[in-house]
Amino acid sequence: MTNSIREIEGMEVIFVIGSNTKETHPVIANRMLKAIRKGTRLIVADPRRVPLVRFSEIFLQLKPGADAALLNGMAHVILKEGLCNDEFINERTEGFDEWKKSIETFTPHNASKITGIPEEEIIKAARLYGGSRKAGIFYTMGVTQHTHGTDNVNAIANLALLTGNIGREHTGISPLRGQNNVQGACDAGCLPNVYPGYQRVDIPMVKKKFEDIWGVPLSDKEGLKSTEMTLAADKGSLKALYVMGENPVMTDPNIGHTIEVLKKLDFLLVQDIFFTETAALADVVLPAACFAEKTGTFINTERKVQLVRKAVEPPGDAKEDTWIIAELSGRLGYPMKYSSAEEIFEELSSLWPALSGISYSRIRTHGIHWPCPTKDHPGTEYLFKAGFPRGKVSFTTVRYLPPAEAAGLDYPFVLTTGRNLFQYHSGSMTRRIASIEKHAGEPYVEINTEDAKKAGIKDGEKIKVASRRGQIEIKARVTDRISNGILFIPMHYREAAANVITTDALDPHGKTPEFKVCAVKIGKIKVSGE
Amino acid sequence: MVKLNIDGRMIEVAEGTTILNASRMLNIEIPTLCNHPKLTPFGGCRLCLVEVKGVPRPLTSCTTPVSEGMEVTTSTPALEDLRKTVLELILSDHPNDCMICEKAGDCTLQELAYFYGISPYNPPLLKGDKGGFLGERRIYEKRDGNPFIERNMEKCILCGRCVKVCDEIQGVGAIDFAYRGFKSKICPPFERDLDCEFCGQCVAVCPTGALTGKMWQLRGRQKDIKEVDTTCAYCGTGCNITLHVRKNEVVRVTAKEDKWNEGWLCVKGRFGYTFINSPDRLKKPLIRIAPKHIADFGFRISDLNSEVRNQQSAIFKEVSWDEALDYISAKLKEIKEKHGPDSIAGLSSARCTTEENYLFQKFMRAAVGTNNVDHCARL
Repeated sequence: MTNSIREIEGMEVIFVIGSNTKETHPVIANRMLKAIRKGTRLIVADPRRVPLVRFSEIFLQLKPGADAALLNGMAHVILKEGLCNDEFINERTEGFDEWKKSIETFTPHNASKITGIPEEEIIKAARLYGGSRKAGIFYTMGVTQHTHGTDNVNAIANLALLTGNIGREHTGISPLRGQNNVQGACDAGCLPNVYPGYQRVDIPMVKKKFEDIWGVPLSDKEGLKSTEMTLAADKGSLKALYVMGENPVMTDPNIGHTIEVLKKLDFLLVQDIFFTETAALADVVLPAACFAEKTGTFINTERKVQLVRKAVEPPGDAKEDTWIIAELSGRLGYPMKYSSAEEIFEELSSLWPALSGISYSRIRTHGIHWPCPTKDHPGTEYLFKAGFPRGKVSFTTVRYLPPAEAAGLDYPFVLTTGRNLFQYHSGSMTRRIASIEKHAGEPYVEINTEDAKKAGIKDGEKIKVASRRGQIEIKARVTDRISNGILFIPMHYREAAANVITTDALDPHGKTPEFKVCAVKIGKIKVSGE
Repeated sequence: MVKLNIDGRMIEVAEGTTILNASRMLNIEIPTLCNHPKLTPFGGCRLCLVEVKGVPRPLTSCTTPVSEGMEVTTSTPALEDLRKTVLELILSDHPNDCMICEKAGDCTLQELAYFYGISPYNPPLLKGDKGGFLGERRIYEKRDGNPFIERNMEKCILCGRCVKVCDEIQGVGAIDFAYRGFKSKICPPFERDLDCEFCGQCVAVCPTGALTGKMWQLRGRQKDIKEVDTTCAYCGTGCNITLHVRKNEVVRVTAKEDKWNEGWLCVKGRFGYTFINSPDRLKKPLIRIAPKHIADFGFRISDLNSEVRNQQSAIFKEVSWDEALDYISAKLKEIKEKHGPDSIAGLSSARCTTEENYLFQKFMRAAVGTNNVDHCARL
């Protein structure tokens, strides 16, 4: 997030696109509600009538994968009606004129045809967002998990640049992180192209810096992204995989393929708190400590570094991940000696100026937002106050491209996937919680009332949902929350795993799979003996 | 700004401030049950009554805004007598089973009864105690089948905090007041089972034992509880939570009002902690003993967890850390020698701490020698 959660209160307009905030980030939704009660106006764009829609002034129920067309259409209206922020565009951006041309074809009429949203609604939303200078955009995987996810994010950035809704309090672009410490994992350098603090591995000076500090020669070759690892394992060039606290069998697209590929590996090491679906394929499984059993930091979606404190001892012989990694490293001839998590944090913060002002003692009661370069710096709630790091920032031309798979004769429905309120991600934690299982323990597919009627499907009936990759049997939840022709399956349930069906088509830049759109068909299950 | 006098002390506060909040600024304690700093005032419990010069009757300080030159008295024998009577009336319709109540030790009603020296309704137990009120009690059947929130409506004092928090903070409105007078109660529509987002905000603000967590039952109250402030491990919001620990077990999760999330949590943050103690937790390093093709038969997506556990013991054997670590390092060395460091990759975790992630990438880069390290940011 460029801005902080606190700043939601004080925004005039909140534009939520591709985020089921009330279910996936409920406490951020609480903050939005608080703002709305004080007069903030809300726009929600989503293929589903998600719970947040109840609080919105404008609901844009777009077709899955049509985000870029909607965003460009809004930009078109903002431009045409002169709602853009000329001063901001002149002073802080470049490439405006060229981009402006690319927007010309995105008339409300055309955008409406692609998105399925009435023209006047697109215009209304554009006026509301474009007319405010205190407006924030919030999005999650509904925008990014597409073959053109990067384009969608660029289209969001264009809107913020066009209106100057960035670099000030109560504005900004806010991707809501789906996991407790995605931000921290990225910041700490668990990315194939950068060292901690987003310092590129292929810049010799940077590499030298890390070689000096770590005391070993390092590789300047950019590594594989997670989705590319699957491809490399399939080809046979990847032989061993060390998985710490992830469950790719459940979370990667096209499960059948994932399992096949993981089995091809010579060696699979899984370190987790539970015997996950992925652990079942491992050569060695190591028992790890969970968040309540260790000390460290999580960095949340707003870049705030917060403490995690040990409350209980891990069960049996389970160990903290840092202990396991250090033991392994020593055995591979690279000893790591740390007496505490704090010492590790100090090493990390010394390598990246954005963290150098943060220490455990400073975040004992309240976290601090990075960048925080010095010990007396209060942290940075919102970015780009003093301008963009590279000077002027560019508008990016975004064309509308349809998803990799379209609904057709054989597979007439579009399936979109996501989370629900009660379960969490691959379910390895929440599916072991009796109360959650009792309340939300059963997989389901959301199907529109009319579609269900046409197919003769009753609410609660078990049906078949199949794509070109696989098939599952799952209970139908007949609802008007979803539009005609679209189905939704939450990803958590192994017994009817959505990712058996999903496509492994990737965004060419971010390598994010297109979980949000694939073509499927449905069918009734014949009961034998009937 | 408005100037006024409270208990002989002058204070200047913003227009619209209530007498209660102005008093709090002066650290003057006025008892209340229904008022909550994050919710709109209600004026339901009548405990916060104060006297204002020139006004013939006492006023509820939580709903009365200050005015210029106001002279407020927060405590007089008459006011304290009123408060005591109100409390006695509440307790006359209360189970008074603090002995076995989950909330004991953390209960506003219990605290007030203690400070006002009120013994349960009757008979007069102490010399000089005139005894409380005696009368009919509302008896309700506990029959809510939801798995998260225990609703014991006999302990409800109708302060309305839960109704307000559900509407004002959560925007759900799952419950409201029903019926009138003595029969008033708070319930979901048509007195059905609670079916809501189960954020437990209502549990957090309940001043009595009427609303508690189902999974907290008989796990420990206040005695021998160690509170540990930490950060929630679910989504990226990063809510500040407090783990209540008893005998090496997390028995309850709460959130503090002075943290950035203002005490609010979601169903997972508040009630989704029991995985910590799950019998399914991995407790020993495991090494595969069966060849991999057996997994073909053993692992099907539709398998239930218990079947996975059985499969776990059929395919893996428990080993010591030394054995596991030696085996792994021998394997990795062998693969690195034969195919080069780029034939090895690591998937780190957005679920782990920053420190663990830092060490993980350092391990892959410095010990293994590859940049093949990523995590699930895209999934």
